[in-house]
Amino acid sequence: MINQIQLVLKSGIKDNKAERIIRDAGNYLGITTGKVKATRLFNINYDLPEEQVLEFAQKGLKDSILHDVYINSLFQDETFSSFVLVAKLPGVTDDEGISAQKTLADLFDLDIDVKRQHIFSQDLYLIEAALSKEELEELADKILGNKLINHFEFGAIKPEIIYIPEVRITEHSALEIIDLAVSDAELSAISKERLLSLNLAEMKAIQEYFKIDKVSIMRSKRGICKEITDCELEVIAQTWSEHCKHKEFGALINYRNVATGEERQIDSLFKTYIKGSTDKIISRYEASGNNWLKLVFTDNAGVVQIDEERVFVWKVETHNSPSAIDPYGGAITGILGNNRDPLGTGIGGAQLLFNTNVLCFGPPDYDKPLLPGQLHPRRIFEGVRKGIEDGGNKSGIPTINGAIIFDERYSGKPLVYCGTGGVMPLRYGEKVSWSKDIDAGDLIIMAGGRVGKDGIHGATFSSAEIDENSPQSAVQIGSPITQKLLSDYMQEAVLAGLIKCSTDNGAGGLSSSIGELAQISGGAEVYLERVPLKYANLMPWEIYISESQERMTFVVEEENYPALLKLAEEREVELSRVGKFTDTGYIDVQYDQKPVAYLNMDFLHNGYPRKIMEAVWQKPELSEPEINIDDHNEILLRLMSDWNICSRESVIRQYDHEVKGKTVIKPLMGISGTSPQDAAVMRLDFESWKGIAVSCGISPKYGDIDAYQMSAGAFDEAIRQIISIGGQLPDPENSEMLFWSVNDNFCVPDSLYDPISNPDGKIKLAKLVQMNQALYDMATYYNIPMTSGKDSMKNDFKSGDIKISVPPTILYSMTALIPDIRKTVTSEFKVKGDLIYQIGDTYNELGASEFYKSMGYLGANVPKVNIEKAAAVYKKVMAANQQGLIASSHDISDGGLAVCISECLLGTGLGADIMLNNTELSTEALLYSESHSRFVVSIRSEDKAKFEDLMGNNAFYIGKITDTGELQVTVNGKSVISLEINALQQSWSKTLQEI
Amino acid sequence: MNKIKSLVITGYGINCERELAAAYELAGAETKIVHLNDVFLGKVNINDYEILNFPGGFSFGDDLGSGKVLANKMKYKRMADGKLFYSAILEFIEAGKFVLGICNGFQFLVKMGLLPNVQHEHLQEVTLTLNDSGKFEDRWVYCRTNPDSVTPFLQGIDKIALPVRHGEGKLIIRDEQITQSIKTGGLNCLSYCDKAGNLTDEYPANPNGSDLNCAGLCDETGQVFGLMPHPEAFLSLYNHPDWARMKRVAPEIADTGEGLKIFRNIVEHLESRR
Repeated sequence: MINQIQLVLKSGIKDNKAERIIRDAGNYLGITTGKVKATRLFNINYDLPEEQVLEFAQKGLKDSILHDVYINSLFQDETFSSFVLVAKLPGVTDDEGISAQKTLADLFDLDIDVKRQHIFSQDLYLIEAALSKEELEELADKILGNKLINHFEFGAIKPEIIYIPEVRITEHSALEIIDLAVSDAELSAISKERLLSLNLAEMKAIQEYFKIDKVSIMRSKRGICKEITDCELEVIAQTWSEHCKHKEFGALINYRNVATGEERQIDSLFKTYIKGSTDKIISRYEASGNNWLKLVFTDNAGVVQIDEERVFVWKVETHNSPSAIDPYGGAITGILGNNRDPLGTGIGGAQLLFNTNVLCFGPPDYDKPLLPGQLHPRRIFEGVRKGIEDGGNKSGIPTINGAIIFDERYSGKPLVYCGTGGVMPLRYGEKVSWSKDIDAGDLIIMAGGRVGKDGIHGATFSSAEIDENSPQSAVQIGSPITQKLLSDYMQEAVLAGLIKCSTDNGAGGLSSSIGELAQISGGAEVYLERVPLKYANLMPWEIYISESQERMTFVVEEENYPALLKLAEEREVELSRVGKFTDTGYIDVQYDQKPVAYLNMDFLHNGYPRKIMEAVWQKPELSEPEINIDDHNEILLRLMSDWNICSRESVIRQYDHEVKGKTVIKPLMGISGTSPQDAAVMRLDFESWKGIAVSCGISPKYGDIDAYQMSAGAFDEAIRQIISIGGQLPDPENSEMLFWSVNDNFCVPDSLYDPISNPDGKIKLAKLVQMNQALYDMATYYNIPMTSGKDSMKNDFKSGDIKISVPPTILYSMTALIPDIRKTVTSEFKVKGDLIYQIGDTYNELGASEFYKSMGYLGANVPKVNIEKAAAVYKKVMAANQQGLIASSHDISDGGLAVCISECLLGTGLGADIMLNNTELSTEALLYSESHSRFVVSIRSEDKAKFEDLMGNNAFYIGKITDTGELQVTVNGKSVISLEINALQQSWSKTLQEI
Repeated sequence: MNKIKSLVITGYGINCERELAAAYELAGAETKIVHLNDVFLGKVNINDYEILNFPGGFSFGDDLGSGKVLANKMKYKRMADGKLFYSAILEFIEAGKFVLGICNGFQFLVKMGLLPNVQHEHLQEVTLTLNDSGKFEDRWVYCRTNPDSVTPFLQGIDKIALPVRHGEGKLIIRDEQITQSIKTGGLNCLSYCDKAGNLTDEYPANPNGSDLNCAGLCDETGQVFGLMPHPEAFLSLYNHPDWARMKRVAPEIADTGEGLKIFRNIVEHLESRR
């Protein structure tokens, strides 16, 4: 018998949820709901005597001050005419139900399997207006839930509403054999039907492997069928997916520049530029005997040395495709999944220190008709934001840095970049913490959540364009609490020496984690029937590639397993012993002692055909517009309220950015706590003043003119943010341990040429090449290395003939060691009387500026990085900071000098008198040009001589801080801007607050 | 003299245990962080300590309401020795020792009925629920102490700046009678105020819309103290969002944060009692 408990807020208690629904339904759907009541249901599918149901409701679920309780008889009130029930679909994580089960078990001392779902939590909304079925359905799917993860019931109110989301899967035969001795067309059809994302050449490579005599002999010896099994095909597809093998970054590229006639061949973008630059940098640090680079590219995250006791581990990932279809689920699994990267690096168990997130969305006021399967950018924004909030806040990891970019081209597929940094001791016992030793005979232990159908084909899905038929099973649901228990446990187990090394289960699930680790020992045996499941009757291949979340794979020596298991029981973490490592050269996967996959490791990891791609560069024909501005006040106010410049406070406030008590420069600072900052700074511990600065550089808009300068500019932006807060550039000649570490994340549209489906593929690829060239030039000049990263290659949304492609985008996420956080510098102006300087020169570089964009122009003069000049300027800023001469410093970027000065004033209550004297540049260029490598700083008036001596002609005096609460700007003596800071503040604040 | 011993509970989604332990270390106490289940298993005895601390976080993900599942566990699940954790805490308080709950720890103390406990029945008398804004928010606020309060945690503090980081911090008191008892006893020991120090119900100075503008409660003995803001996140000047201007104005300003005072208070109080 099913018992139903309903919690209803007492009258007089504010119903926030209902208020929000009324507002959103009116604003976004034009539906007038009248009153709404949000109630909570717990359906209990577990035998309990009546009195226990009552006691459970009263003691376990209800808050006596907030709730009235109804048992097996729903709350009735004739005010309401319609209802919507929002339940989880079968198999979708229901943490609240699980927590209710734990309470039930505690309350009556019951021996319940709390990891299986017996209690289902649901939301029942009562609505005053008698809405039509269509209106209720719209309300359900667009405001209350998402049909990919929720089951809805709706209609006129009725006395009984009961739904139990039980998973029912009919039993399959355990193994399917697939005949690959078929035509090319059929091979392609197999790949398509099974969602493998393997191209014909890859399918043919598999076909060939199974024709080899030795393969047949080995298979017959092992007792497995001659033909490929479903599990094998899935394992190969997962391993060869773009997500896991980065085939396009490894491809052979024929590059041609039409203008110059230059032709060359690039043997792998990754090898040539990314690894190539880091290798060169490592050799320079090695030469000086100061190589703080400990682990790059080979593991889940890069590792650099902090000091003699500790290393820093960090990784930035993307989770774009999942966030496009389920923004909340996509973002939360993005951030939780990324947390597991530093956690599963080397031996594992890093203490996670911070999260970052950079998000690219369509504008929230997007007004084009939505294509089938496309979610409105505003909805993606809100869902992703909430996912980042819950993923970070509930894990106790502060979100300290990020950015949000709005551009219509992200309205099909958003970009969701998630970063996590952590700290490991230099050594665990005798071993360095980043070591990954595995011997034949070591156990494969899976820890954490159970396995279901969720996330199947995530790895291959991310390699494909999204369309309206994208598989629902690609959706994954995150459970931060499950992961918190797992990570706490893991950190304890690592310190106790019980774990030899570890990795996370992310894309590709066990198949990926075991497949990658097995390369170290030389093989593995896996027993899939031992994997704990959420529900019965999964196929073996589904178990093996499922991306069910919150799981780690541990490598454990047999003698440590009992202690590891005991600790797991004490910490309520589920462990299973799913296999062992071997040195046979084969991945040997079994189910109930029957082989389901038997694949040669060399073929599995290296057997895919290499891609060859074409890149052709043709410079776009661009010109500068003619502009005459009468009213710069109006322009500046408009820029301040622009999507890409306006305040992010409403987002930032909802992220906990100071849990752990170590955040020194937060995203918003100053006397009113609202002044925007450049890089974030975090202390490493409570005993020393050492810290880490974290910045991000991203500016896809410049790529519309010049992809090289876009990438170089983004790199420069990330550096100058850290210079601005007082960071010191690294120097191979200097023996001081002062690491800088970068994650590069390329997110580009499909760049594989196809005459019909992707006619401009060659130009897109040429842009990618140029972006990589800039990465190499910048990194090797500054000796600032990539230590890890991730590319995402098919960021297109397709519906019928319409394709929405993201602009080629590169994010550089940068970190640097800060020896003494007390010497860092924040961006806001401090006190009246301090002198204001511009550091670095302005050029006529308004191309792709926010100023031009706001007037509907692109322009031609893109900001160019002058690398030698920039480095010289940075060195002077570093020297000034060493002497404590700079009281505030803000880097100049979107919106140029005028916006930068305004930002320095926001929230301070101060004002500024600025006098610009320059007859070479137009007023527009002086105020709005986005030339790189510049800062606005303020200094004490008594430091004037010292500062000017030091800076020479790299800094020029532009004015004074006042207490007038006004910004006054003159150009060559003529007043061009005269605004109250309050007006600037209002323009800046209102844009995002209003959505 | 032996150091004062302070126990910090962790596990199940609690996540502020390290900074809380650091606060006690800086205040001169000997501190141990222990997983709640190790107390249940009898590996750690709370009676070996003089202060018992429940840090912030999201115990059990805030499912069923913040602090609720943890409170249920304490009230209903038996420890290895057959006792309820809840009874052990009552004995701990009976012995004159101190209990502190911050944020999620405060929510838990309230839901267990340990705060404010004006009717001495250990039943829930108040709740902490969704902020009026409907949002989780991280922002700095000012709090004012109640001069009538007896709790040693707040001695010598008049006004203090602290960060709040919660979605469920709005205090709702069950009825007028309990409200009166709280006011009479000065149990609303910490309240949201504006910069000038005047108590306020205006958002965002009052971040959640609490009854009585209440940010923290203690019981009549002053031994049990809970608060929504995070004093353990203001141990150093550099936690404060305005530290850079403060230093520009007063270069010799001390490196310590105001939040540390609360921990020094309780450690000194216990030391002086010996």
